[in-house]
Amino acid sequence: MSRTAILLLIVAAGALTFAMRASFLVAGSRLRLDGGLRTALEYVPAAVLAALVAPALFAEGPVRFGPLDAKLVAGAVAALVAWRTKSVIYTFAAGMLVLWGLTWLAA
Amino acid sequence: MLLGLIPFGMIVGVSGVSIGMPVIDVVFMSAVVFAGAAQLATLALLGASSAPWVVLVTVALINLRHLMYSAALAPLMARYTVMQRLAMAYFMVDHTYTVGVLRYRQEGDDYDRRRHWLGMGTVTSAMWLASTALGGVVGAQLPEALQLDFALPLMFLALLVPLLRDRPTVVVALVAGGLALALANLPYNLGLVVATLCGVAAGTVLSSVRKRRSVDGVARDEP
Repeated sequence: MSRTAILLLIVAAGALTFAMRASFLVAGSRLRLDGGLRTALEYVPAAVLAALVAPALFAEGPVRFGPLDAKLVAGAVAALVAWRTKSVIYTFAAGMLVLWGLTWLAA
Repeated sequence: MLLGLIPFGMIVGVSGVSIGMPVIDVVFMSAVVFAGAAQLATLALLGASSAPWVVLVTVALINLRHLMYSAALAPLMARYTVMQRLAMAYFMVDHTYTVGVLRYRQEGDDYDRRRHWLGMGTVTSAMWLASTALGGVVGAQLPEALQLDFALPLMFLALLVPLLRDRPTVVVALVAGGLALALANLPYNLGLVVATLCGVAAGTVLSSVRKRRSVDGVARDEP
């Protein structure tokens, strides 16, 4: 995609997001959000995030750790850290450090 | 909580330049979209040459939660004009929503919600833009050998794992993740959209079955 196309896409993504933010706030009681839809909405973040993360971790990368891919090992450690600490920064640090360590070992 | 935005914003900046975007474009994105997870997903998809409509559908899905935020905030802000509520909508992010709704429900009607919301929103937005810019500038100096593109899946993990608190949500993640892997070769990253929708469908069905069972009093495996 060209730079212009990417910027246009960003504007469209922003407009879409703004429309959702403004929806009920502006339309007020004329709109309703029923229970079934609300349940479905609650599951969306977990579904999108899992669908984004799985292919990224299981895709074969350049660095191997025995039979395993370095990114998969680093991702597993990061997931454990995320579970224990719920911290974005610790998760990021753990994942990157393991990946760098494995890359260094493989070199 | 607000300080947690800084590393998050920096990673958005780093990820943006790691897929070849100019720093100014990444900052522009932080101003226009102002939603971390959606921005990271957009960068991941642009890096993987996805179709524009797949990017937009993904952004819409990730940001659907703002509909719930908007519905919860609406009665609290009903006294303000439409123009003022439009301005308020811009600042609606996870952080401002959580802090704001809690506070406005506790404080009485005399509390100046507009002032608090716009003040908090301005600070949050300024921090978001500054940390994106900082991440972009730093990221552009770092060598490719650091494999900073791995920051994206790490961030998705950091956001996903704390959500996995109950069984239906774990099933949602397993179905969506598994299908995304199986469908990874579909064109335009279409598999992402299909996997997400199937995951949500699985969770909705499962939770309605569980609800029915617990109403019948037959089984209740979790408090």
